[in-house]
Amino acid sequence: MTDPQAPTGELHSIPALLARNVGRFGNRPAYREKEFGIWQSWTWAEAADEIRALALGLLVLGLKPGDYVAIIGRNRPAHYWGMIAAQMCGAIPVPLYQDAVAEEMAYVMDHCGARFVLCGDQEQVDKVLEVEETVTGIEQIIYTDKRGMRKYDHARMNALSDVQDEGRAAAQRLGAELDARIAALDYDSTCVMLYTSGTTGKPKGVVLSNRNIIETSKNSAQFDHLSQREEIVAYLPMAWVGDFIFSVGQALWAGFTVNCPEGAHTMMTDMREIGPTYFFAPPRVFENQLTTVMIRMEDAGRVKRWLFRHFMDVARRVGPALLDGKQVGTGDRLSYALGNLFVYGPLKNTLGLSRVRVGYTAGEAIGPEIFDFYRSLGINLKQLYGQTEASVFITQQPDGQVRSDTVGVPSPGVEVRIAENGEVFYRSPGTFVEYYKNADSTASTKDAQGWVATGDAGFFEDATGHLRIIDRAKDVGKMADGNMFAPKYVENKLKFYPNILEAVVIGNGRDYCTAMINIDLNAVGNWAERNNIAYASYQELAGHPQVYATIREHVEAVNRSVAEDPMLSGCQVHRFLVLHKELDPDDGEMTRTRKVRRAVINDKFADLVAALYDGSDSIYTETEVTYEDGRKGKITATLKIEDAQVFGDAQGQKVAAE
Amino acid sequence: MLDKTEGYSTADGRQIGGVLMEMKNITLRFGGVVAIKDISFDIRQGEIRAIIGPNGAGKSSMLNVISGFYHPQEGEVWFKGYRRGPMKPYEVARLGIARTFQNIALFDGMSVLDNIMTGRLNRMKSGLLSQALWWGAAEREENENREQVEKIIDFLEIQNIRKTPVGRLPYGLKKRVELARALAAEPQILLLDEPMAGMNVEEKEDMSRFILDVNDEFGTTIALIEHDMGVVMDLSDRVVVMDYGRKIGDGNPDEVRRNQDVIDAYLGVAHD
Repeated sequence: MTDPQAPTGELHSIPALLARNVGRFGNRPAYREKEFGIWQSWTWAEAADEIRALALGLLVLGLKPGDYVAIIGRNRPAHYWGMIAAQMCGAIPVPLYQDAVAEEMAYVMDHCGARFVLCGDQEQVDKVLEVEETVTGIEQIIYTDKRGMRKYDHARMNALSDVQDEGRAAAQRLGAELDARIAALDYDSTCVMLYTSGTTGKPKGVVLSNRNIIETSKNSAQFDHLSQREEIVAYLPMAWVGDFIFSVGQALWAGFTVNCPEGAHTMMTDMREIGPTYFFAPPRVFENQLTTVMIRMEDAGRVKRWLFRHFMDVARRVGPALLDGKQVGTGDRLSYALGNLFVYGPLKNTLGLSRVRVGYTAGEAIGPEIFDFYRSLGINLKQLYGQTEASVFITQQPDGQVRSDTVGVPSPGVEVRIAENGEVFYRSPGTFVEYYKNADSTASTKDAQGWVATGDAGFFEDATGHLRIIDRAKDVGKMADGNMFAPKYVENKLKFYPNILEAVVIGNGRDYCTAMINIDLNAVGNWAERNNIAYASYQELAGHPQVYATIREHVEAVNRSVAEDPMLSGCQVHRFLVLHKELDPDDGEMTRTRKVRRAVINDKFADLVAALYDGSDSIYTETEVTYEDGRKGKITATLKIEDAQVFGDAQGQKVAAE
Repeated sequence: MLDKTEGYSTADGRQIGGVLMEMKNITLRFGGVVAIKDISFDIRQGEIRAIIGPNGAGKSSMLNVISGFYHPQEGEVWFKGYRRGPMKPYEVARLGIARTFQNIALFDGMSVLDNIMTGRLNRMKSGLLSQALWWGAAEREENENREQVEKIIDFLEIQNIRKTPVGRLPYGLKKRVELARALAAEPQILLLDEPMAGMNVEEKEDMSRFILDVNDEFGTTIALIEHDMGVVMDLSDRVVVMDYGRKIGDGNPDEVRRNQDVIDAYLGVAHD
């Protein structure tokens, strides 16, 4: 049989792929969304009809080629259609993070000069109206959810369904114009513009062409043998390049089904109902799931706990080997089969991962224990390494060669080289065109030959040819005694403990390392409940002496394991404190993709950092916080600082310092 | 004084209609205790009408008179232009009056969905036999009603607890489920008995938003009792103030706020 994805004719744009899919998979489901308790579904033919109506409606409203269309909302078919419809009109979709506050949006909208904005609901419309106080040029607002919108001034505002109706009415008049615009799209026209979350400075608009997206989607779909029968759940922010590649690029290339959950809170139920075959999640999602499982198991009866512990031991020993197709004894196979019956099967089903054929984690390094947990259950979870500028893929792990400490081999079509200072460079068909209106940054990131600096430090393992990433190149530093300082390495080890949600390790240029820790309110709160420990707030729980004692145990265990790595043994944590608030993107302490912004933290918590190094036992601090509605407030706290035991050579560090 | 048929415009530009329900000289006694003494006021089409007052002022009794649960010894209740006599609870529901309770009255063992479905019982007409056999009219009816209920679930953003037994829910959500059940009856007047009682600030904000949205989206007239003055003043179009069974104030929130009797009642002065 011929490969159903094999290209015919000119497939040089997303709309062209859509047309191909209508021809080949016309009656297969393209999009599903749960609404009013029922999974609504659209075939490729139906979806194409909806998208065309929307594109015609945008023409009626006066969308011009080269315009930018901002899209703000949760994952819904209508929003994906909005992106494709904009492309059909020759415009460029710019998806934005829906939880961004108006200030952040204002920068992006001003930067790209969006003329049209597609909003998910009233909340987003309100933000856009707020943005308009400072930004001019927004001409049309389109919204998907009509709720609460009746009172608004509709002079230049329309419901998406109304835009489609007007488009359908204008089909005769504008059909030819639309077809001409679709035909004008080629491999070099811009497919999408995505703003990087920016751990430093202002967000940059990454321009990705049709070539970038389609070549990358084609290569990666072939790498994992993705077919039109895959099911994915689209739940990651639409502004993130990963979602664009999976839910638009690969979905259109392979012709598989994109399922949109009912809402953020129903995600787990919807996952279970869909049972995706291809799944993608940042480490945080896997961490949270594991924490939930562990909490539930601790609340379970004795027999169940024993069963779980016993068979998880079996799984840890046998599971990964089975998954990689290695030799396993008959006895172990039998135990694993029993475990599958009693524990792994039901557990996977609860997590909605029963049918996962290929799963990826990326965005950040994942804790090895977390990674192994999922692998041992028989879930083919793999790691990939990528970034927005590469249209995601730089390296990924082939089936059967999966390890928690590497990120795999270069993806098809990607060249990777390591510079002398250890920084990773790549060149690929997915390499971005430019940073929008930012020639300086483009030039400093991408050289004339097309090599792009990732900003990450890493090396290729000689034995396997797999890439290992140590840390962000700019975060890797030296301590006062010349030891290598790689904070993320230690932080990831700390974050494996369910009690620890986030950790920030400090120590660049210092005599020894220290850490600021965020507890996980779910896990620690559950523990407090079981032990009759009363608390009124996050802050109070975080400061509880028993919580401190537990965290110290974790820190010391991590120190012991860090001590085993000769290169990094200097990174053991000598002193730590538990933060009185959760690090939050709204306060600028993290990016929207939940990466810690070290510079901001060092600056904002300068008093805490000082206290970690001046030997004091406690510190009084005031911190400004931003509430979800944008108001600001202040919290005050007195934080304890505790010492932790260190091992090996590191024992000398602090003594030397004193 | 407002004319009975002409409406008025609210500060935020909503148009309020004519009188939907009118209380005329209501007096309610329990034995020798006079709970409500000679109170008159009206509720207009589309407005949010609050009844406030200190503890024991007779607010809940008043709400029970409106809902028809108590029949006053003196005075008249007019609804949609007709004088209302004593009624049974199901007759009240059929008239288009739904309510929530101060101390939540849901079925703890049933799921959220089933609880809300009970709000639509009045709209199910198929017989016992076809219901039991799940056949013909029963199935069609259930589907229609489920659709309505799902719209309300979507509206109140409780999709994630659709199948959760009510007993397992936190207090704030139970209150929301109760509101959902009342809405499921598609009432003309929705009576809310202390919808914010015992809630934290965030839950109160959510609930306020839902009350405003219900009023705006479905055009439902709402009468509510509430202790939280801030909430009442922000939410309602007009406020009746009660103290010791008497009406001491009636008007829009600003008028009420300036009323000396109201200030006295809340700050406390000696009653002779």
